[in-house]
Amino acid sequence: MHPAFSVIFFTVASGAGYGLLFVLALLIGFGLLAPAFWTGFIGFGVSFALITAGLLSSFLHLGRPERAWRAFSQWRSSWLSREGVLAIITYLPAGLLALLFTFFEPSRGILIVLSALSALCAVATVIATGMIYRSLQPIRAWCNGWVVPAYLVLGLASGLLLGNLLVFAAGAQATILVQIASVVALLAAALVKFRYWRFIDTMPAFSTAESATGLGHIGKVRLFEAPHTQENFLNKEMGYRIARKHAAKLRRIALVGGWLVPAGFVLLSLVLPSVLGLFAAILAVALGLAGTLVERWLFFAEAKHAVTLYYGGDKV
Amino acid sequence: MTTLPPLSQKKLGLVIDLDTCVGCHACAVNCKEWNTAGTSGPLTDIDPYGADAAGVWFNRIHSFEAGEGEASRTVHFPKSCLHCETPACVTVCPTGASYKRAEDGIVLINPETCIGCKLCSWACPYGAREYDYDGGTMKKCTLCIDRIYNENLEEVDRVPACVATCPASARHFGDLGDPESKVSKLVAERGGYDLMPEMGYRPVNKYLPPRQRQNTSGCTGAGASLPAPEPAADGVLGWLDRILSR
Repeated sequence: MHPAFSVIFFTVASGAGYGLLFVLALLIGFGLLAPAFWTGFIGFGVSFALITAGLLSSFLHLGRPERAWRAFSQWRSSWLSREGVLAIITYLPAGLLALLFTFFEPSRGILIVLSALSALCAVATVIATGMIYRSLQPIRAWCNGWVVPAYLVLGLASGLLLGNLLVFAAGAQATILVQIASVVALLAAALVKFRYWRFIDTMPAFSTAESATGLGHIGKVRLFEAPHTQENFLNKEMGYRIARKHAAKLRRIALVGGWLVPAGFVLLSLVLPSVLGLFAAILAVALGLAGTLVERWLFFAEAKHAVTLYYGGDKV
Repeated sequence: MTTLPPLSQKKLGLVIDLDTCVGCHACAVNCKEWNTAGTSGPLTDIDPYGADAAGVWFNRIHSFEAGEGEASRTVHFPKSCLHCETPACVTVCPTGASYKRAEDGIVLINPETCIGCKLCSWACPYGAREYDYDGGTMKKCTLCIDRIYNENLEEVDRVPACVATCPASARHFGDLGDPESKVSKLVAERGGYDLMPEMGYRPVNKYLPPRQRQNTSGCTGAGASLPAPEPAADGVLGWLDRILSR
């Protein structure tokens, strides 16, 4: 599949934004983060900026962005529509929570209710994002049980890295808890993606050139002549191919540079003095997000679409 | 609405005969000509006379080889929307622009509400939906909805443009929901099949497999081989035969 930058940026940025929202909501809900202007302003500000920038970027992917509002109508059948609806709904409890937490001193009860709702909405939105891909039968690298967990754990890990930086800078008491959670989430992300890659490398063929043409009873099927001389939309959108050795290298870059090394930096920030620790926390965020961008690029570039079987592909 | 209607009794679709298709692309050309001015038109071309021409087509003709050596076959393979009974291209559409008609099962796109998110093209394993880079919306085969119900045309012409133009009669149009229809009988008789049945989309369009190759002359009623010529015994021809046989 063609790795469109707008969609890669959208899923990584909004995933991190919802992850940070989830972390903030949990910390506030459990009373681990006391209401404070700067913590709220920067924490929720970064989260909403990432979510909103992601959503705006996804509009760039549309042929007719001025009609984007129509995408909220088909939530009964479409995961893309559900994602849009959930993204809008999430702004309500999360916006209210951010407003009250940052500028007022609300009661615990109100904070707990709004935090729980915000965390639930954040998780639901990321699940909907994952389900958009999970539900596409023609793309076997996406239509499997590893995709939604990967979206969730990568969003959570990105959010925790950002949350770690925030509580570290604020000197909040929850720092150690967030640091440990960050390390666990990064290791979980590395494990889920490692298992995912092994799964797509070893999965049996679902469709073949023979099943696509129904000519298997004659023998092995191969393309003799393509329908057209130049590339069409299908070739450009669905026919993206990446060399196996490049994919292997990029997987290692994401695995080590994106998740394992940042986990090390988070552990370092536990023991280093404050200025160096802050630097380590910043590096962890930068590497973690960059690694997730690499992972998301691979998620598209490595996925083969069944239509390639009509253009010389052998199996998907 | 992109939720699917209850399964229609009437299932309009195509039956494509891979035995008789000669791969001339006339169906694709006539499709393009009719539909570029039709309800889903224009079928935009980008840089049509340049080095990297690209454009929207509803119908494309692939050619495949199957098998090896003497048993191998070259099969021309036209492919357009299969108007599936459970089309995921419809249910993934976030706007309701994609829909399956309850009355005849035709899958269509409303060009006024499509946002061009391309998700339907991802959901279709058959490559039936193409993005119009110029108009910013998705386009697909309409089964020539503006021909098959068009009372301004002679009744004989109320078939999709690809069917009307096929010089080899390799394309047949009809109601595949009616077991008594000509197309249904053709499918039953020739063993018509679905493309990629494992996807579970239940395509309405069916493909007829190439017939067994006739490797012996027996099928024409002639003998298995020509009889040996009898030598002419006498006369001028006999004399010539003897001279030439020396």
